[in-house]
Formats: sequence, C-alpha cells, structure tokens
Amino acid sequence: MTLSRREFAKANAAAVAAAAIGLPLPASAANLITNRELTTLKWDKAPCRFCGVGCGVMVATKDNKVVATHGDVKADVNRGLNCIKGYFLSKIMYGGDRLRTPMLRMKDGKYHKQGEFTPISWDQAFDIMAEKVKTAIRESGPDSVAMLGSGQWTIWEAYAASKLIKGGLRTNNLDPNARHCMASAVGGFMRTFGIDEPMGCYDDIEHTDAFVLWGANMAEMHPILWSRVTDRRLSFDHVKVVAMSPYETRSFELADIPIVFKPQTDLIILNYIANYIIQNDKVNREFVNKHTRFVRGQDDIGYGLRPEDPRQVNAKGADKANTWSDITFEDFAAFVRPYTLDRTAQETGVPAERLKQLAELYADPKVKVMSLWTMGFNQHTRGVWANNMVYNLHLLTGKISEPGNSPFSLTGQPSACGSAREVGTFSHRLPADMLVTNPKHRAKAEEIWKLPPGTIPDKVGLDAVKQSRKLKDGEVRVYWTQVCNNVQAGPNVMQETLPGWRNPNAFVIVSDVYPTASVQAADLILPAAMWVEKEGAFGNAERRTQFWHQLVPPPGEARSDLWQLIEFSKRLKTDDVWPEDLLAKAPDYRGKTLYQVLFTNGQVDQFPLTDIEAGYRNDEAQAFGFYVQKGLFEEYARFGRGKAHDLAPFDRYHQERGLRWPVVDGKETRWRFREGHDPYVAKGTGVQFYGNEDKRALIFALPYEPPAESPDKDYPFWLSTGRVLEHWHTGSMTQRVPELNAAVPHALVYMNYEDARELGFRRGSEIRVTSRRGSIRGRVETRGRVKPPRGLVYVPFFDANRLINKVTLDATDPISLQTDYKKCAVKLELISLA
Amino acid sequence: MKPVLLLALLLPLAALAQETGEDEALRASGLNGVRPGGTLHQALPAPQMPREVTPVRRPVRNYPDQPPVIPHTVRGYQVTKEFNQCLTCHSRTRSPETGAPMVSITHYLNRENQPLAAVSPRRYFCMQCHVPQHDVPPATTNTFKGIDEVLQESQQRQAE
Repeated sequence: MTLSRREFAKANAAAVAAAAIGLPLPASAANLITNRELTTLKWDKAPCRFCGVGCGVMVATKDNKVVATHGDVKADVNRGLNCIKGYFLSKIMYGGDRLRTPMLRMKDGKYHKQGEFTPISWDQAFDIMAEKVKTAIRESGPDSVAMLGSGQWTIWEAYAASKLIKGGLRTNNLDPNARHCMASAVGGFMRTFGIDEPMGCYDDIEHTDAFVLWGANMAEMHPILWSRVTDRRLSFDHVKVVAMSPYETRSFELADIPIVFKPQTDLIILNYIANYIIQNDKVNREFVNKHTRFVRGQDDIGYGLRPEDPRQVNAKGADKANTWSDITFEDFAAFVRPYTLDRTAQETGVPAERLKQLAELYADPKVKVMSLWTMGFNQHTRGVWANNMVYNLHLLTGKISEPGNSPFSLTGQPSACGSAREVGTFSHRLPADMLVTNPKHRAKAEEIWKLPPGTIPDKVGLDAVKQSRKLKDGEVRVYWTQVCNNVQAGPNVMQETLPGWRNPNAFVIVSDVYPTASVQAADLILPAAMWVEKEGAFGNAERRTQFWHQLVPPPGEARSDLWQLIEFSKRLKTDDVWPEDLLAKAPDYRGKTLYQVLFTNGQVDQFPLTDIEAGYRNDEAQAFGFYVQKGLFEEYARFGRGKAHDLAPFDRYHQERGLRWPVVDGKETRWRFREGHDPYVAKGTGVQFYGNEDKRALIFALPYEPPAESPDKDYPFWLSTGRVLEHWHTGSMTQRVPELNAAVPHALVYMNYEDARELGFRRGSEIRVTSRRGSIRGRVETRGRVKPPRGLVYVPFFDANRLINKVTLDATDPISLQTDYKKCAVKLELISLA
Repeated sequence: MKPVLLLALLLPLAALAQETGEDEALRASGLNGVRPGGTLHQALPAPQMPREVTPVRRPVRNYPDQPPVIPHTVRGYQVTKEFNQCLTCHSRTRSPETGAPMVSITHYLNRENQPLAAVSPRRYFCMQCHVPQHDVPPATTNTFKGIDEVLQESQQRQAE
C-alpha cells in the first residue's frame, strides 16, 4: 500500500470526522503514530558541520537518512542552541545534485582538457591519477604535485593527507584553505608565544567585563558565541561591548561603544591604546618584568604579491619579514609615543572620546577584557602584526590567561584548529607546531612515521596563493583539492586561479559533494562523503576536540576523503616516487606501495574492527580491514603527548562532548600558561609562557603601514568581502537548503545610501563592480544588515553566481601568506536602474 | 565606412572578447550546479531583488526542533539592546492580543536549563534563528524527507 501526502491528509481528515461521531477507525487513518518501534528515532551526537564555534548537535536518523537535528543540551559550547544554519543541518546532504560517481573530462574515449565530464569507475579514476602523478614526478620532480586541503577535513583525513603528500610523495606542497582563514592568527601566536592557539576558552565570555570586537561580526559569523556574549551583556549592566569594524554590522546592535574606522587603521588604534596604557602609567610592571620581553619587528615587508610587482621590489624588508630584534621597554614606549589620541582620531576617522573609552577599558586594572577577532585581523596584509599588537595590550596589562581576561582568536572553519593547525597541514608545518625547515622536527616525524631519514623535504612548500600562481606558470602539473572550493574562495580568480586550473599543462582533481565552481573547473571529479556519512573528528577554536560516528551511508559511489587518500596510496610504489638514494636507505621499502609504507606500518593498522563501538557502521574501516581512524589518531597523538598538545585516548572522545587540550591525566585544560589550570606551568611561577624557551611572551613594536591597494580616482571605492549569517563560506551546502536560500537568495552589493544617490543608483539597481582584475554584476542594497560608511562597499562571497573573488586582489600578509580579502579598490557602474 | 565609425563598432566587440575571456581554456563546459556549467568566465546578470513572502498559512516545520521561519516582512525592524520590536507582538503578554504566536517556552531557559521570569537574553536576537523567506525558486532541488514522511513510509512498510 502506498499513500501519497494528499491521501494521508485526507485520511487524517476522515479520522477526525470519524472520531467526532464515535466510529471505530482503521489503523491507517489514525492521526497520531504512537507505535514505539515506528516513532523511536536514533539520536547521536555530532559537532556542527559549519563554523569554528563547534556547537554540539543531536542528529536523528531513521532508515539510513538524517531526519532531524537539534542543539545538544549536553554540549557546553551551545547548551541546546543552534543558529539558523545549524538548525538546517539535516538538509545539507540531500541537495538534488549530489555527486555520485567519479567523472573525467573526456573526448573520443580519452582524457581531454577540454572534454565533457563523463562518468568513470573509481578504478579508472585512480588509474589516471596514478599515471599523472608518476609522470609529473618523473619528469618534473615531486614539487610538480600539490594539494589543497581544508579546515573542514576531519583530523584523520588531514593527517592521512599530510603523510601521503609530505612523507609519501615527498613534497611540502600541501596547504589547507585555512591559509585564507587563520594563517595570520597562527603567525601571531607563534611569534608572541611560540605555541599555537588561544590560551583561554569560551568560558571567558561568562567571566569578562568588556568585549572588544576587533572587526569580528560575531552576530552573523559566530552566532552561538554571540548569544553567550548577549546573555552576559544583557544580564549584567556593568558589562560593555565595543564593536569595531570599517562598516556597521549587526554586532553594532549590542554595542555600547560603536567604532567605524577607516580600513587598515586598526593598526593605529592598537598602537594608540598601547601608548595610552604607558602614558597613564597603567602598565602591570610586575607581570611585564616577569613574563614578557620587548622586541622590534622587521618593517616594510611588502605585500606577498608576485616578485616582479613594484610593491614587492620596493619593499626593503620583504626577504626578512618574519624577523625581530631585542629592544627595551623604554624603546617600546618611544616607538608607540607618536600614536597620540589626536593623530589616531584624525587618521582613523573615529571620534576621540570613543577611542579614549576603548583605551580605558584595556588600561583599567579592574576591568576584565576579552578581545575577539577573526577575518578583520587575519585577512589583512599586516595580519600577523595585528595579532601581535592585540597581544601587546593584554601583556602590558597582564590581562591574559585567566578567566575573563582573554585575547581570543576565533576561527571560521569547524576544524581549522584541529585539522589545519594541530595536524600541521600547512606547507611549512608538521604536527604539534613543528616545522619542515627544522631538522630535528623532520627527524621526529620520520621516526614516528617509520620513514628513512631525509624522506620529508626540508623546504617550505607552496601555500594556497602560490599554488594558483604556479599552476598558471605551468610548474604545478597535478593538483588535488579536497573539502574546499578555491575557484570561488581564492583571490583574483580571473588572473590567477582560473587560468591556473584551466592551464592545459595542469591536471586538476577535485573531491567534493556538489558541483561547485571548483568542480566545474576541474578535470577529474571525485564524489565525496560528508559529515555524518563518515566517522570524524573536528577541533574547534577553544582547543576542543570532538568526535562523531558514521550515522548514514554516503549516496551512490561517493566515498570519504579518507578512503580516497588511502585507497589511492595503493596505486603508487616507492620505486615510482622515491629517488634511489632514499630507497637505498630503506631497502625493505623497495617495491612496496605507499599504502604499505604509510598505512599498514604496524601502527595505523593495529586496532581491529572489533574496537568499533557496537551499533555503528564504519565504511573506511570495513574497506581496509582495520579501525583506520583509531590507528591514525593514536599515531598522530604521539606527536603532541608530553609536548603540551596532549590528546586523550581515542575511545574517550566518543563518550565526551569534546575535551580541550592539553588533556593531562584525563583532565582538560581551560586556561593555558596559568598555574592551577595548566599542568605544564611549574609550581610557584604563577604564569609561564612556555612556548618560548625563556618562558616569556614577546611584546612587539610594529608600525602602521598602508594597504597594498587603496581607492583612487579610477577605482574610488573600497571593497570588503565576507559572509552572511544564513550561508556558510561558498554556499555549497547552505545554498542547497531551500529555507536558507530563500532567506538570503543572492549576494548583494551593500553600500551607503548617499554614495548610491550620488552615482544615480537606487536600492535594487543592477551595477557592475570592477577592479583592475575582474568584475561581477550585482544588485544594490542601501538598507541592509551591513551599513557601510561612504566610500566602501561590502559583497559577501557565498553566491556561486556572483564570484566576487574575480574582483579581489591576491595581496597577502608576507609573514602568514594569508590573503587580504577586506581591502581592494573598485569602481561601480550602473547597468540598469530597476 | 569611416575609420572612426568602424572603431566605434569594434570597441564593444573588443570589450566583449575581454569579458568572455580570450582564452578558450577558460570556457570549458562544466556540470550544472547552483551556477550553470560552463559560465565561470562570465559575469552573470543579477536577478531582480525578490520580495519577502507573506504566506497566509504558516509553513509546516520540517521537524519539531526547526525554528519557524518568519512569515512576514521584517524590513526596518528595530532590534537593539534597549528595544526588541519582535517582542512587541510575540511576547507572552502581547501574544493573545496580537494573534502572533508566543515565543516558545524554550526561550525562557537559561544556559543551565532553568526557566527565567522573562525571555532569556541568550535568545534576544531573534534573527539568529528565525529568518524571513523570499519569493525565489530553490537554487537546486533537495531530496530531504521530513520526519512525518519517513514515519509514514515506515508505517506503510509495516502494513505491507
């Protein structure tokens, strides 16, 4: 018997009518299904698939489908709440255009760069991948192969990729899209503290007296943390919120001190506050003397552009951007002295009174301050500096590493911390903050990975932006991307990314779940499993590692990125990809596949299938015959245990709503560097910044320097890009949820009403936004959620039909190599008035 | 034809060639997604700004925990830390008078799951969870099946 929706409704109506006159009802007409067997849903925990906040959700499954989700009341991060995206997680896997089979561009039965996408088998897909990789390495060396991964990889996927690319293929050309996201934050942590990731945690929100948002629009980008901030602010009258941004955002709705500053002048404000603290004698001398030292960073460091660009050629410090020299407190005081209130007010456009109020929050020893930032600081050609400079303020006043006093770097991706930073999938990194350029670090990785000395190359590989450039230059011949959409998210699409991907010399492989812009630009498409279609682990912004089980099977032939990486490793032999001198050092590995060397090494394959928690499927473990996720995790955890990056045993995470590392003696750490909270701090010292050898944090003297491109006569407007609440990143998941699509259907050009009027635009006019690099067409919004001041427009990047990154500039922070997506110059032209 | 006129005729063509990308490689075909395949090199026209929909009946929720969407326009609504316009109709005391649904009792719970005397500040900004809808077709189809549909199917299977 089949019953359509309409019939079901009719049966319901009949039931109501029958009940009203006391007639007995047929079972099919009952209007409430009560049978336990039918109504019982299977509920399991998982972290949200979207941002770096890492909310817990409960996922209901029935008949191998996700049927509902809700906020997990047991999850400390969100205590039962989700944002609008989180509430619609149930629908993200069910877009009608899910990729279900590998596809290759073919013409006349063969691969052809300009061919049509044609379904092929996994065998055929791996055949051509292996052929392309082997040819490229044989003819052009290992550095002709590159991979772009993601802060959305699960921890073991990132770890497997790192092993395969750095240990197997022997190139460091592996980078995560997190390069676009928080590389500057990493740079800031490493320079100031010598160890990555925040010292505090979200609990700071409930303890602080003042929130200072440096550019962060948490109301839209970190909504559940914003609900905690709102709770704190509205529950306690003494609490203040300072919202700072180059344009007014929804976060200004809660602001006590609203501050709209001119782009790039955040650097001036930061030095002004440091100056204010010193001038008003509010330096916490004891803290500064015991726990910090002062240095002056290299200046005039360039803009991470191609080397022939005059802005690079003229930069005197470009070749030593990440260097510094010791100075004294007095030197530092003299350095920031020119950043006076008058000058700051004039150059930032912020009223002096508000600047003073802001500075006083930091200076007042009785006020606990939580500074929060994300892309405003990180996507900044001086992003590492901005990170260093906000730490300056907390260090000068000693407001750090204790409940409520917290400089807090937020993240944008669910596992930017877990998979990109902690696993070390950056082109210069290895797990647990280790570096490929450090011989001891390489030796340690080779020892854990059981590889012969000299396997891991000693030079920094290509970062995300350079990968695009080298594709265009023909130097990268095989390129594989997973869980990212760089054709939409990468900068300067028309001059770098797209010509690079479509270069006839390049073979581009994209693993993804939907036909994104990147899939459309690929040569080989590999259909991927997503979220609860595989067992996974993410690490959120407060160092919290969270696990989930596989709850449903992926559709069609789709397979997880983990399976793709490991299965592909069976197609390559050491003899194909390693040089003779390396093989000579490890004769046992001759003729072995990379699968044997990297993944059945007696460690990764040590846990049997019986270790899998009863009642859960695990497609990858079944495919390889061992509990591969557990094996990878336990091998990976060896890097950090005893090194202040301690992770708990694998199985425990399946029982917990996440744990914040370092997890020592079974206990998580909420505040690092503080005695009583952090077991790595020696007794009696109070505070130890143990990431640096002398246990001190560095206070950096760094100047204001101008952005790479500013508005001029030909391109008179600033362009800033970013996100909106309802969509996540490139919209590949959220645009496919009908309710989220209907909430925010298109990316609009948010602009100032006066600017629009002067140019002859109305709200709804179609205009062209053009830079020196490319253009898009969009509709004008003058009354939207983002309210720019005169001279600036804001365009979100989620919309696949308005690729705003055709317009952006690929200038990067020269230290972090992260793109500045917030500042370039554009002109606006009317297409139709509407 | 005068050279100037010829130039004037050719200029737009040159601009077009630049816009569509001179490089054949950039114009490769592609699968249709949210963006039509084979259009990456183009600057696609922007559709009209759609209206907010105001359905007569409130849409059915996909599952019990889904925050209901907003079935009316909220353009210009004022929500600041002093004033929340949504609560002028949806608050417990105003709801009977205005006919607007009262905010759910879950909204009175604090982080410790204890009910407060008033709506919890953690739920203060309504549009973090509730959003209006616009009159647009879906960007792609979606095959998600709601809980009722799945229950029905199970019931039918059991009946068979």
